[in-house]
Amino acid sequence: MITIPMAVDVAALKDTTLLNIGIFVLFVAVTMIIVLRASRNNKTAADYYAAGRSFTGSQNGTAIAGDYLSAASFLGITGAIAINGYDGFMYSIGFLVAWLVALLLVAELLRNTGKFTMADVLSFRLRQRPVRIAAAISTLAVCFFYLLAQMAGAGSLVSLLLGISDWGGQALVIIVVGALMIVYVLIGGMKGTTWVQIIKAILLIAGAAVMTLWVLAIYGFNLSSLLGAAVETSGNPAVLNPGLQYGKSEASKLDFMSLAMALVLGTAALPHVLMRFYTVPTAKEARKSVVWSIWLIGIFYLFTLVLGYGAAALVGADTIKSAPGGVNSAAPLLAFYLGGPVLLGFISAVAFATILAVVAGLTITAAASFAHDIYANVIAKGKADAETEVKVARRTVVVIGILAILGGIFANGQNVAFLVALAFAVAASANLPTIVYSLFWRKFTTQGAVWSMYGGLGSAIILIIFSPVVSGGATSMIKDANFALFPLSNPGIVSIPLAFFLGWLGTVLDKNKEDPAKQAEMEVRSLTGVGAEKAVDH
Amino acid sequence: MGKDALNPDAVAPVDFQEVQASEQFKELRKRHRSFVFPMAVAFLLWYLAYVLLADYAVDFMSTKVWGNINIGLILGLLQFVSTFAITSFYVSYSNRKLDPLATEIRNELEARITAHDQAAVAHSGARGGNDDGVTT
Repeated sequence: MITIPMAVDVAALKDTTLLNIGIFVLFVAVTMIIVLRASRNNKTAADYYAAGRSFTGSQNGTAIAGDYLSAASFLGITGAIAINGYDGFMYSIGFLVAWLVALLLVAELLRNTGKFTMADVLSFRLRQRPVRIAAAISTLAVCFFYLLAQMAGAGSLVSLLLGISDWGGQALVIIVVGALMIVYVLIGGMKGTTWVQIIKAILLIAGAAVMTLWVLAIYGFNLSSLLGAAVETSGNPAVLNPGLQYGKSEASKLDFMSLAMALVLGTAALPHVLMRFYTVPTAKEARKSVVWSIWLIGIFYLFTLVLGYGAAALVGADTIKSAPGGVNSAAPLLAFYLGGPVLLGFISAVAFATILAVVAGLTITAAASFAHDIYANVIAKGKADAETEVKVARRTVVVIGILAILGGIFANGQNVAFLVALAFAVAASANLPTIVYSLFWRKFTTQGAVWSMYGGLGSAIILIIFSPVVSGGATSMIKDANFALFPLSNPGIVSIPLAFFLGWLGTVLDKNKEDPAKQAEMEVRSLTGVGAEKAVDH
Repeated sequence: MGKDALNPDAVAPVDFQEVQASEQFKELRKRHRSFVFPMAVAFLLWYLAYVLLADYAVDFMSTKVWGNINIGLILGLLQFVSTFAITSFYVSYSNRKLDPLATEIRNELEARITAHDQAAVAHSGARGGNDDGVTT
């Protein structure tokens, strides 16, 4: 018989700090050994950026899940379901369905026509310089927003998991996370990063599976009883219905539509996701990667449904909201309720590993984009040798790492959760239209690409500046001023259609036509894999 | 060392516009697009319908069907089911209809490129160390 503590004593969490740190240090030690072993073969640019294209579809699919299931997915969605019920579940559906865009329209064709970055695909038949610069700027923007959110999240996570509540202590933890990330990416390159993501994905999914089975066991494997218990604890039958968070007003309903569009169209255009498709030897393996990741991510989100309602039923929304870390504490508190300090320690360590794996993936993507697109192809005009390019990439890793640490320290305590949603909106507006047009629309031109990318990026950022997340509301970044002219917190509903429209308009108004021979080559190569980058054999 | 890019010289023997216009390639493109486009439109519309219902038909979604399980939860879980189903359907379609044709075209073109490369090596005798060509 399982013995269950009657209530969660939040103060007792601090007693587990040493255990949490111990488990996390073990994770770091194991992954560091693997990264060091993996780094022995890092010689060429293809080794450093694309892990020698040597991962199998199933390995890469697991790594994609590790890259994608950020702390926002695990802690954020579980917490959102625990507090807002059904509306939290709606996030996870958008996050999953989005992978069909990657599967059907992007992954294989991208693998067949590119080398390391998204810009490789776009500049295949369009003019190199303007397209590469635009693609690199939007890649760096997405990575920066996402990275900042993760680093700031690391700060608030420690307040909960390690009981560190002073600013200096949290800053120290952000520095440690940033420094570890720099070491992983600097030494291990894409290979090391991939292994960190694979290990983290396995730990995260296994941990979530254990907790899910545990919660279900308490309710006799009856979902209806679990939901009933969630209603009973919260005293609000509406937790089972949509609308608790987004149904408040017409603006909030529209806001959810806007977020849903950004999630479903942004995922397949996130630069750190796109880059993962280059780590496998063939398009068929890229397809297998997506299939694996869809199953893993889908099953994981089904777990979060149980965990969220489980936390609502067993821990209770009031306890969660008043705990340090707020909404994000639902999953750790549930772990403590179920398995005591040991399970909490494990889940906390997994949450840290999650942040580490995601920031490592973002950093190598940003570094590759800067070194390969901006430095090698624009500054050095394609004359830089691979060795210099990788050297530049490694230096960029250090610079990005330091920027991420500083940004994380200053953003810590700010309400920056909107940055993840913004990253999806920018990816969906600035990247996806151009990727789809250049793969499927024969007449697409450089002007169309440039208009679409800058238009999508610019409109998403301008709308967010004039939105309630920046000013005018109780939870805004700037509370004392009000210049929120745009009523929604998510710009996607405007910026995505605008970017598609600008891509079309820029193309039909373009006096220059692109080379039909290059278009033919791209189309043939994208569908057949002729001349695609091969795996590196050592 | 890596066999990196397909360099422009190596592509020379293949006229991609000619390949693009060939019946075989047109068939491959037709099979690909006639699957992925309708499927993409279908799942996006199904997802949009779900989002609209969750946003604007709260009472309908809150209708209890069995115990505490309501229509909203069932439709949400059906989004998972349809995602898994479309994934499996696409994999089986690719294995049956796309991969064999794509492989056929690729092998034919790569054989031409390899032959051209070997002729170039024999001709100049000085291309040793150039690992940029396509090797199959």
